[in-house]
Amino acid sequence: MDFTLSEEHNMLQRMVRDFSQKEIAPVIKEYDRKQEPIPFALPRMGELGILGLCFPVRYGGQGMDYISLGLACEELEALDTSLRVAMSVHVGLCATTIFQWGTEEQKQKFLIPLAKGEKLGCGAFTEPGCGSDVSAIRASAKRAGDAYILNGEKMWISLASKADYALLTMRTNKDAAKPSQGLSTFIVDLHSPGVTSGDIHGKLGVRAGSTGWINFQDVRVPLENRIGEEGEGFKITMSAFDHGRYTVGSGATGLLRAALEASVKYSQQRTTFGRAISEYQLIQEKIARISQDYEIARLLHLKAGWLQNQGERCTREISFCKKFATEASFKAADDAIQIHGAYGFSDEYDVERYLRNARGAIIYEGSSEIQTLIQAGYALGQREDKPLRCELPAYDVEEWQK
Amino acid sequence: MKIVVCVKQVPDSAAKVVVENGKVTWGDAPLVINPWDEYAVEAALQQKEAHGGTVTAITMGGESAKDALKHALAMGADDAILISDPALSNLDTQATAQVLSAAIQKIGGVELAFFGRQAIDGDAGLVPAQTARLLDWPALTLASTIKVEGDSVRVERAIEEGRQVVTAKLPAVFSLVKDFGEPRYPSFMGIRKASRAVIPAWSLAELSISAPAAVIAWTEITNPPSREVKCDIVTGGSPEEIAEALADKILAEKVL
Repeated sequence: MDFTLSEEHNMLQRMVRDFSQKEIAPVIKEYDRKQEPIPFALPRMGELGILGLCFPVRYGGQGMDYISLGLACEELEALDTSLRVAMSVHVGLCATTIFQWGTEEQKQKFLIPLAKGEKLGCGAFTEPGCGSDVSAIRASAKRAGDAYILNGEKMWISLASKADYALLTMRTNKDAAKPSQGLSTFIVDLHSPGVTSGDIHGKLGVRAGSTGWINFQDVRVPLENRIGEEGEGFKITMSAFDHGRYTVGSGATGLLRAALEASVKYSQQRTTFGRAISEYQLIQEKIARISQDYEIARLLHLKAGWLQNQGERCTREISFCKKFATEASFKAADDAIQIHGAYGFSDEYDVERYLRNARGAIIYEGSSEIQTLIQAGYALGQREDKPLRCELPAYDVEEWQK
Repeated sequence: MKIVVCVKQVPDSAAKVVVENGKVTWGDAPLVINPWDEYAVEAALQQKEAHGGTVTAITMGGESAKDALKHALAMGADDAILISDPALSNLDTQATAQVLSAAIQKIGGVELAFFGRQAIDGDAGLVPAQTARLLDWPALTLASTIKVEGDSVRVERAIEEGRQVVTAKLPAVFSLVKDFGEPRYPSFMGIRKASRAVIPAWSLAELSISAPAAVIAWTEITNPPSREVKCDIVTGGSPEEIAEALADKILAEKVL
């Protein structure tokens, strides 16, 4: 077993770190305070190829593997969660799901501009009345000749007001034997007539991120925009969640690292009772735990990335990674604030932002409670991964360069 | 157009460099491409984009110095050469220039040889001029813009007093300042190319030169004397009062 990252991975990590340090670090506090997205962040990430890094070159991507996606998310969230959230919805929920389930025509039409960063994508599943309970989706898509008519509202959608496309799941059959069998997934142009959207302000964290709602009023979506078969929406949504959760878990690992680095630095500078606080065991205990949690979270996301490279389903491993890393990152940010004392409570330092940013990820993309049920289901043998009609392709280094 | 860019691997600018037992150490900080040389790579790539041709990055050092070359390759350089030989240690700038000029001659047909203005570790800034001297080429130092016109070049130099425009015949050696714009990030395609690149290593024998001898000996190195920092907090009832008290203090201390 070889735990060494490749030179390619190391260089990629450095490149993403340089970008976030040089271009985002100087302005993040300003935009976080204003509760506005950094206007140039996503266009720059598009130009640099970050928004399509794990897709084959022929689909507008950069030909890197799934581990690279995790490493990029780790680097981005080490600076700010809002950058990683964009990766989760644009790359994870939207583009990767098209890559897995889309037809060749759909990949040509939608994946290429998404991977190139020319268009922005999001994933819209949550509704005002349902989140974890996907089979309770009420927003509807009714077949009308060679199109579907969409009605309903999606809520808590990252990039709702910024994205060009949304990958979303609607109810197409109210009378299905099981509610989960009556769902279908679509890729929808958010510039279509009947689509309205808006932003949600006053969030606890990810304030430089864009979160909002999307309303559909008799929106006509051509038949060819349906991803997968009619009735396959639940399965496709679960695939999308795997992709999204992987980026959330690997991203939270970056937040853990940021909390660790901030804590190490501050504890060596700050003195009390004549000594640097890093010399006190009560501080060391916190730092030791954050560093241990960082190591565990990193191993979990690298393993999930590796399994995806092999073409293996890893809902279980992604669930471990997502739940562990998000919960540990919140605890780490809290400890980092404690280490910083009163300064940690002020936005003069970054750690208070880490805490606010970390909280949401314990809820979104499958709350910790849902992750616990998934994990128990696997452990008790009540859950197994049945083969899907379309699996996420294994990474093939040669194939990806084409 | 054949462009060579000479790069050096140095401790990261964020590293804490100290002297311990008479030796320089930077702890476990990473080694990176000299930040000034990143600007030189950027400028070389811009020349290539304007006139076509190739960019070759060269460096001197051990196996680990290949990382600096790989960074240049990932930014877009076409190829890279490592000059590595057990005899190459403790060189001064003059000896370094002998090796680099021999390498530039061996590459052959080079029209532009680019350097960063200085390396952030040694801070001498002499290698470009010494290399030019050995090649018998014009040395155009502190270049802030470069315009190649046929077989000559027009260079604006960033000097303290202002700007100076000079012209010279090619080939020439240039040391560059930051004005070419922020160095581009390595692209993902570049990263992939760089990580797979097989970088040739040239020994002194391949350059057909004998081991150059340093003419300057490095006998002692010490940490800068530690400074006593005294902190005064200027207080007052209003921002205006504080500013006035601060201004008085600055004048009294003859800071201004």
